[in-house]
Amino acid sequence: MMAYNLPYLAVVALVIIGLYALLFRRNLIKMVIGITLIESGVNLFLITLGFRKDSVAPIYTGAPSSKSVMSLPVPQALTLTSIVIGVAVLALMLTLVIHLYRHYGTLDSGKIGGEK
Amino acid sequence: MNFLETILIHSPPLIVAIPLLAAFLTPLIGKLNEKVRNGFVILCLLANTSLVFYLATDVLNNGLHTYIFGAKESTLPIVRIFFEVDEIGILMAVISSILSLLVVIYSWSFMKKSTGLSKYYTLILLLTAGMLGMELTGDMFNFFVFLEITSISSCALIAFWTDRGLSIDAAFKYIVISTIGALFVLFAVALLYGQYNALNMAFLAESIPVNFTFIDKIALVVLLAALAMKAGIVPMHMWLPDAYGRAPAAVAVVVVSATLASLYGVLRICFTLYGGIFNSIYVSSQAIGGFIVILAILTMLIGVLMALRQSDFKRLIAFSALAEVGYMFLGVGTRLASATSVTSYTDGSSMVTFPAYSKTALAGSVFHIFNDALDIGLLLLVAGAVYYATKETSMNKLGGLARNMRYTTVFFIIGLLAVSGIPPMNGFASKLIIYESTYQLNPLLSIIAVLSSIMLLAVFVKVFHSVFLGPSQNKFKDTVDVPKSMLISMAVIAGIIVFIGLFPNIVFDNLISPAVDALVDNSEYISSVLGGGV
Repeated sequence: MMAYNLPYLAVVALVIIGLYALLFRRNLIKMVIGITLIESGVNLFLITLGFRKDSVAPIYTGAPSSKSVMSLPVPQALTLTSIVIGVAVLALMLTLVIHLYRHYGTLDSGKIGGEK
Repeated sequence: MNFLETILIHSPPLIVAIPLLAAFLTPLIGKLNEKVRNGFVILCLLANTSLVFYLATDVLNNGLHTYIFGAKESTLPIVRIFFEVDEIGILMAVISSILSLLVVIYSWSFMKKSTGLSKYYTLILLLTAGMLGMELTGDMFNFFVFLEITSISSCALIAFWTDRGLSIDAAFKYIVISTIGALFVLFAVALLYGQYNALNMAFLAESIPVNFTFIDKIALVVLLAALAMKAGIVPMHMWLPDAYGRAPAAVAVVVVSATLASLYGVLRICFTLYGGIFNSIYVSSQAIGGFIVILAILTMLIGVLMALRQSDFKRLIAFSALAEVGYMFLGVGTRLASATSVTSYTDGSSMVTFPAYSKTALAGSVFHIFNDALDIGLLLLVAGAVYYATKETSMNKLGGLARNMRYTTVFFIIGLLAVSGIPPMNGFASKLIIYESTYQLNPLLSIIAVLSSIMLLAVFVKVFHSVFLGPSQNKFKDTVDVPKSMLISMAVIAGIIVFIGLFPNIVFDNLISPAVDALVDNSEYISSVLGGGV
């Protein structure tokens, strides 16, 4: 029973570490890492939800006939989409960090972008 | 079946597909000729807008449209992806498509001196596709995907002038906020999926009231918080003035409509997905509603107070846009908070009684979404025009422009009156509805709302005085009014503003009331997917 819940604990840990990095770290790269951690947590959550006890992979050709329970492949599809989106967001954020570093010469979020 | 009917049946996916396809064709056409490319973008968005209008007339006359992707017949109806277009969705689509079209026309001159314009138009088209997708989809995960498309493209647009550190900073804030918002939306979608094995909004809306587990409550709060953050409500508003104020003016207008698409998400969650809950359990309705009302009041006050002390033209408009967001949330909150009593029936179901003014408040709020998009859009375009003509946004350095920029000045007066809710303009129509209805919930609410409007007027009179009036300045001696394409798009918005202001009942009866009816009663939305053997 406990073993089934381990992924959920990992989800909680990932999201909380990510939020911590976002809220308490001032380095932009670390904030980006925080967002990536939250994203991994949510993806892990999705993929864990797809698991059903005693189910088989949803492949018709190789399915053992005695077991009729197949896990619905929707969460896997969702996770793949979410990973692809995540890569795009990550690339965009890192691009912005590079530009910010060129403009301000620092990665400290407290020293960047203040209005006069 | 003739051609028009076929188009109509397939219009929900077409409305998203046309800008998406055009987005990827734009760089190719841009290689050939810049004018052809601009014309192509305008033509595509014009075609798309007319398609939206065509679909809108049909939705308003014949009820909502459902479009199914995937197998026509299936034993599992809820597995396929649906587009579901009801009155509120199509109203938002009308707003978004009008604004994108006008922005593209405006950009023809406004962005002329920038390089990399093929990418600019590609991003605008992608953003349009994302917003329209959010507004037409009937599937939670699809909603998340379009939300992310909207965030990514609007972030890239905010940072379009990469030589300015401030706009890059605004874009970074925006992408951080949007990504966190979107990830928490995905988290909530996963919570709902884990319980009901479905992503279809109609199916979820039917299942949630039957069970209403603890996890549903968590999902509700996470969804509301994430979408309200993307709509810019107060404790999570810090990105909004930066994004509006530092982006190119044309971009800021599309970002405004992207923000309103998130607000539409809030409406969808409150009234469709959890509509059954709020219509049957009045404690939840009051709790969530009261919370939204408090935040809305804070949003209005902080928005206008911060606007008062700005000296930058665009940033000031950005803060007044924040105050306007407060008005829209005030109507939504009033609707929920006004739930009075509950009637239980013998079969175990129960029904919350809402007083008559609660529906009016929601109508005011929906009407204000429409008006705010136009008012703030016009003001931002005027600020862009002033910047285009003078290369200056600081109000301390501007002055006496009414002499040089006659048309722009007139458009600014129209926008000023509209945004502060002065009678002959559209802002008055919707704000009056909000004042009247919130007064019946608590007089204090409408007093604060009126007060914020007065302060908005004060703010904009100050702007008008320091930018357009006063002695003529030597450095602006050679300033001339902006090119035609910018004037045309401002004139169209100003025209719509005056038209709605003079005949508010035409828009209200034909567009707003059906949308509010669709929000208040979600049974048609549910039955069109689950009832009719789809």
